[in-house]
Formats: sequence, structure tokens, C-alpha cells
Amino acid sequence: MRQLASLKTALTGNYAVAYAVKMAKPHVIAAYPITPQTTIVEKLSEFVAKGELRASFVNVESEFSALATVYGASMAGARAFTATSSHGLFYMYEMLWWAAGSRAPIVMAVVTRTVGPPWNIHDEHNDILAIRDSGWAVAMASSVQEAFDLTVQAFRLAEKAYIPVAVGLDGFVLSHTVETLELPPQELVDEFLPPRSPNAPMPLRPGLPLTFGNIPSDDRIHAEHLKRIYWAHQEAKKAIKEIDAEYGKLLGRSYGGLVERRWLEDAKYAVVCMGAWCGDAEAAVESLRREGVPVGLMRLRFIRPFPDEEVAELEAAEKVVVFDRDITPAGGVLGREVASVLGRDKVVDVVAGIAGVDFKASDFKAAFRKALEAEKGVVLI
Amino acid sequence: MGLELIPISRPAPGSGGLTGTWRTLKPLVDLAKCIDCGICWLYCPEAVIDWEKGKKISIDYAYCKGCGICAHECPVKAIEMAPEET
Ligand code: SF4
Ligand code: SF4
Repeated sequence: MRQLASLKTALTGNYAVAYAVKMAKPHVIAAYPITPQTTIVEKLSEFVAKGELRASFVNVESEFSALATVYGASMAGARAFTATSSHGLFYMYEMLWWAAGSRAPIVMAVVTRTVGPPWNIHDEHNDILAIRDSGWAVAMASSVQEAFDLTVQAFRLAEKAYIPVAVGLDGFVLSHTVETLELPPQELVDEFLPPRSPNAPMPLRPGLPLTFGNIPSDDRIHAEHLKRIYWAHQEAKKAIKEIDAEYGKLLGRSYGGLVERRWLEDAKYAVVCMGAWCGDAEAAVESLRREGVPVGLMRLRFIRPFPDEEVAELEAAEKVVVFDRDITPAGGVLGREVASVLGRDKVVDVVAGIAGVDFKASDFKAAFRKALEAEKGVVLI
Repeated sequence: MGLELIPISRPAPGSGGLTGTWRTLKPLVDLAKCIDCGICWLYCPEAVIDWEKGKKISIDYAYCKGCGICAHECPVKAIEMAPEET
């Protein structure tokens, strides 16, 4: 076996993403600064300026242009990356649909942040959840290490499934918090992530005029195209698991595919959550278990494609408590998605930690007990 | 694989149908006035003006939509927009 040493170091979540992107060797990066995303592209522009990364770094005047730039680059065959947060993500909204509808294999980091009004830069998941129907794959990391791993995996997934991938990480909680992580040797990342094919989704090159996106001669062509995106997401579920397993074999860490499971085998109750606060949820679940409560945890790593099959495993549980760090007029997004698999009677949706309000392991414990009392519906903390 | 991922179009003349039937104003060129500059050829958004230096221009009325850009851009006013006969 080859001996290639990983580098154990400590980085913020944003720098971990920047290092992952650097090791993925993209051709084009374009982004517009917005807190708390900015330090990702700041670091990347530094890599480019120092000659450590041979990529075109395109400074743009808006997030709309940032995504339009990487979209064009991606359709021309380039590996392309952008990053944003909150209002910046919403400024991209129209282009998000064009990118996904064009099957452009872009990777984008979304550093989650509240949406105004009022102005608030703290953590919440409403921004990334709002793109869940656009055709992007949407993932959330739970640690700085996973932010790195997920970003590298995202390029493989995007370029295999021809689905753009949004890698979410919690604003400040991960983006600006230093944690230890292992950076793999470049050789192993190269092996895991070979150069992308420039011929798909379309072989765009001088002398071969082609168009995509013009008015279809028959609306049924458009309808078929939309159905293929649905099927691509269904197939991507398998790809996510395979890529995660292969990453584990080659680079030493895997997470279980679309979800990560803890103590679910004998669980009478299940907690479902996503993102950085799952660490606190896990501490709470562990503490409850020590007190004799048979509870397990399912952490959603992907919400698009949605892990329907994995969530269905929770049928065996008596009650499923979903924690949403987001709120909509209809309740929490994850609560509704999980209830769409398990039914409304089994699911209690706890909406907490919104607007960046701190939510600790002890808060999880208290909310869990409150949820069991509520039996179903939405509990607003 | 690539061509199956997304529906791709290749350019073909008249793929949008006989767009010349949409015209209400018709560009008429006075070749005696035309100075053979090629500006109309450059500006026509439908690429229906043929131009070869020395031979002046001709317009393919099967696809000319009658937008009038050529008439507007012509530096010597050699193109006149005349109402289309119905
Ligand atoms: S009227 Fe418009 S479409 Fe017709 S030849 Fe002139 S510029 Fe082209
Ligand atoms: S722009 Fe006018 S002068 Fe120039 S080629 Fe066209 S018709 Fe002739």
C-alpha cells in the first residue's frame, strides 16, 4: 500500500471548503462577497494570486452574474465553483433553475444565513431550503471535516449525475469556527476526482454550433426534459452512496450516504435533523439514552435528492421528532418532508434556533420532551 | 452520452418556420444608392441579408421579419420600409 500522509491541521469551515475546492482543481471560480460566505472566495482568490491554483477567478458585480459566469463555464466543459449565502443565493434564483435545467455540473457552497428583514447575518436554514425544488442537489455538512469531504464529493456527484450540487454549511457555527481536520494528499484527491468530461451535458466548441435552451419545437420535448431531471435525482441517490463509500475507501472517511444513523436499531423514538447543530442533538440523544430513553438520531446529509427510503426506516419508531432550523408559514420544511414519508401522526416538528438564536444540547433535551407531549404537529420554540 | 442529457438544437435554415410571413413592413433596397458598406448585413438580427463586397446586398424575404434595423442603420438611407401588401 502506498504511504501518503494526510495533513492534520485546524481550519474554519470556510477555509476547509476553500482547500477542498483548490484540491478539486476547478477551471473557473466566480463569486460576489456576502457574509458569512466571503472568506471562502477570499481564500480561493489568494490561492489563485499566489499561483497555487491555476483557475480563472472572475470578479463579478452580483450573485446573478456569479452564477451566470460559472454556468456558462460549466456548459463549455469547465469545472466551476461559486459560493454564496442568504440574499446572495436569492439574487441567483433565476439562474439556479437555468443551471439545474441545463444539467450543468456546478458546485456551490451555501453558507447558511437568515433572510431579512430584519438584517441579520446569523445562522438559519431557510436560505438553502428555498432552493430545494430548483433541481439542485442540496447537502448539509455537520462539521468542518465534513464540509471539506462533502465539497470534494460534490464535484464527483455533480459530474456523474449532471446535477449541480449545493454544499451547505452553517454560517459562523461552521464557517467561522476552527476545528481540527485532515487534509488528504493531493494525489488521492486526484485519484478520487479525475478531470471532468468536457463533452457533456453538451459538446460546446467552436465550429460545432449547438443550442440548448431555445424554444422547443414541441412542448413535449420540454416535458420529457423535466421528467429526466426527476429521474436523474432518483438515480443520484445510488451515486451518493457509492461516492461516499468510495471516498471512505480511498480517503478514510465515509458518512453513510444520504443520512447518518446513530443508535437507531433499538430506537422507540427518533430525532431527525440536519447541519451543524446535529452535534448538539447527538449529545442530547446520548444523554437521554444514558437516562434510559430509547432514542436514536438520523442526520440528513442530503435533502435533495430526499432520502425517502432512509426516512422510511423510521416507520418502526413510535414517534419521530424533527428539528427544523427554518420556518415557513406552513411550519418547518424538514418536518413536512419527513411527514410526507411517515405520515402526520408519527411526526412532531420542532422549529427552533431560527434567526440564529443559540440552541444547545440541553435545549434539545427539553424540546424533545416537549415534542413527546405534543404528540404531533408543530412546536415553535 | 452528452446528447441524451439535454435536448440540443442544431442550426437549420427556417427552423422557426417561414418567419417572413410575420412582416408588416418590407425593407426595399435602392441598389443605386447603396454604397456596399455591409452595415445592414452586420446588423440584421435574422442574418437574412446576403452581402459580398462588390456585389452589394440582397434580402431573403422568406425569413426577413421586417424589423427595420437595416433601414435604420444604413448610412445613406438606401433601405426604405414599405407597407407589406396584403
Ligand atoms: S428588416 Fe430586419 S430582418 Fe429584415 S432584412 Fe432588415 S434587419 Fe433583417
Ligand atoms: S447599409 Fe445601406 S449602403 Fe450599406 S450595404 Fe446595406 S443597403 Fe448598402
